[in-house]
Amino acid sequence: MIQTPESEKEMTSSAQPSSLASVANAKSPRTQPTKATGTGLETRGIHAWFGKNHVLSNVNLEFAAGSVTALIGPSGCGKSTFIRTINRMHEFIPGAAMAGEVLLDGKDVYAPGVDVTKIRLQIGMVFQKPNPFPSMTIGENVLSGIKLAQLKVENKDELLEECLVRAGLWNEVKDRLNTHGGSLSGGQQQRLCIARALAVRPQVLLMDEPCSALDPGSTLRIEETIRELSDTMTIVIVTHNMQQAARVSDYTAFFLSDGGPGEMIEVSRTSEIFSQPKDQRTENYVTGRFG
Amino acid sequence: MSNATLVPEARKISTEPRRSDKVFRGIVTTGGLSSLVILGLIALFLAYRGYEVLQQEGLGFITKAEWAITTDDAGNVLESHFGLSAMLVGTILCSLVAVVIALPISVFSALFLNFYAPNWMKKILIAIVDMMAAFPSILFGIWGFLVLMPSVEYWGKLINKYLGWIPLFEVKPYFFTRSPFVAGVVLAIMIIPIITSVSREIFAQAPLDRIQAAFALGATRWAMIKAVVIPHGRSGVIGGAMLGLGRAMGETVAVYTVLNIVFQINWHVLLGAGGNVASLIILKFGEASPYEIKALMAAGLILFLLTLVVNALANVIVKSTGKSGR
Repeated sequence: MIQTPESEKEMTSSAQPSSLASVANAKSPRTQPTKATGTGLETRGIHAWFGKNHVLSNVNLEFAAGSVTALIGPSGCGKSTFIRTINRMHEFIPGAAMAGEVLLDGKDVYAPGVDVTKIRLQIGMVFQKPNPFPSMTIGENVLSGIKLAQLKVENKDELLEECLVRAGLWNEVKDRLNTHGGSLSGGQQQRLCIARALAVRPQVLLMDEPCSALDPGSTLRIEETIRELSDTMTIVIVTHNMQQAARVSDYTAFFLSDGGPGEMIEVSRTSEIFSQPKDQRTENYVTGRFG
Repeated sequence: MSNATLVPEARKISTEPRRSDKVFRGIVTTGGLSSLVILGLIALFLAYRGYEVLQQEGLGFITKAEWAITTDDAGNVLESHFGLSAMLVGTILCSLVAVVIALPISVFSALFLNFYAPNWMKKILIAIVDMMAAFPSILFGIWGFLVLMPSVEYWGKLINKYLGWIPLFEVKPYFFTRSPFVAGVVLAIMIIPIITSVSREIFAQAPLDRIQAAFALGATRWAMIKAVVIPHGRSGVIGGAMLGLGRAMGETVAVYTVLNIVFQINWHVLLGAGGNVASLIILKFGEASPYEIKALMAAGLILFLLTLVVNALANVIVKSTGKSGR
């Protein structure tokens, strides 16, 4: 198995599994129940293909409402593909196919007759690379989802402030809401994208390596944001940074591909994944002794 | 000690390019400048040949609407009056009609090709559109004259009936045949391929991450196009429209076939009178006396300048509307 640069970095920074476990345990225990609505998200038997290339095999996962789940694993193991099947972004790629069910509050998002735009309003997404709309101002960016999906909002200013506060960006941009998003730093742009995703009030937020292009300060800021958001929504985050998984998540799922399609090897409470993983391959990965 | 804080002058930074780099630079520069040189030579030639007429007619050459020359039996010019205004108005009118009709059709075709058409259809349609661009203009002209004109006249009558109160659509006397509107429709069909091609290329370059961002926010395809693709492609589409406008203004044969060339300033787009500069040149060139040829050269120069002015204006418009979303 070939190691990715990311995993090598992990090895040097955190070779001891116990340190990750202690990070995972150091989180304040969640006060149950959260204010998140719905009964959560469940995937059953997810397979994915690009053309004839089978990239993901039989992923079964449950995401409780209000939980944060981290998906970890080496590059090319299908983590990103998996979360893109959840909000039906997978189908945009020519030749992409999938099998299985994604149940949001018990209803299959792939059922015939489902309006895919409504699904994506309920399941928001933050991408790896910050992608604000450059032709819009900061304020317009935050409210772009409202406009794109033609939603009615009573008080736009209130919503704008709420989303920016929750994304941890309000204080930095409140005096320049009418300037363009391109003037922000990378970390600020990513938080702007989080604020934008929040404005349509999703139940679930998918984050595809949201911090991989950011500096440590911005990363920390976004991790705080994730912890705060999990009070009201279900979060699934793909990350290459195991420290990050330990810091922000309640549950961690480990994905691996042994040359064939990627599989979900193990899912458990985050503290358990990093302290006493059941599968040898998981242990090899989280301790950096890979393969 | 104070020397340590002395700010030095900025160094001159230079580099000695390799020979291969120099050679390549030479080739590229030659290529780049040659179009400029050719264009300049053409302008010089037109100015040189037309100078005499321009001097004689003065500003009247672009403000008056007449074209008359009388010569004695020996071919000496007795009297001549050249004024292009009717042709200039006709040029602008026809090409504007063409762009107004062609632009929306082209933009929607480009959007369809990029975002709606299934893959097999896309390939076929792109080939057809590109073929249309290479289609000889005389065939467009003949087809426009024989086939299109009756229908377009009918549309013209409809527009006149319901919008006739707008001065632009007034028709007096009641004569619709071979109007600038008909010529504009034929020109529109001729410039649709070029505007479609340019728009399609620019739309295809709309950044995927923003397209995904819009979809992930619950946008429909059309909402995504409005939010991402059109802001991204706007200046490119305007550029394509300018290319089309340039082609429409310079188009000769098709307009000559369709349009009724009359030396009378006609702003009424549906009225069958007008002409454009290029078709004037082809109309008169065959049997022109040497002096009239000079007048035609001057007319060419004016057309050339008009094209430049329109393009410059378009650039200003593109820049001033700014906020291009790139």
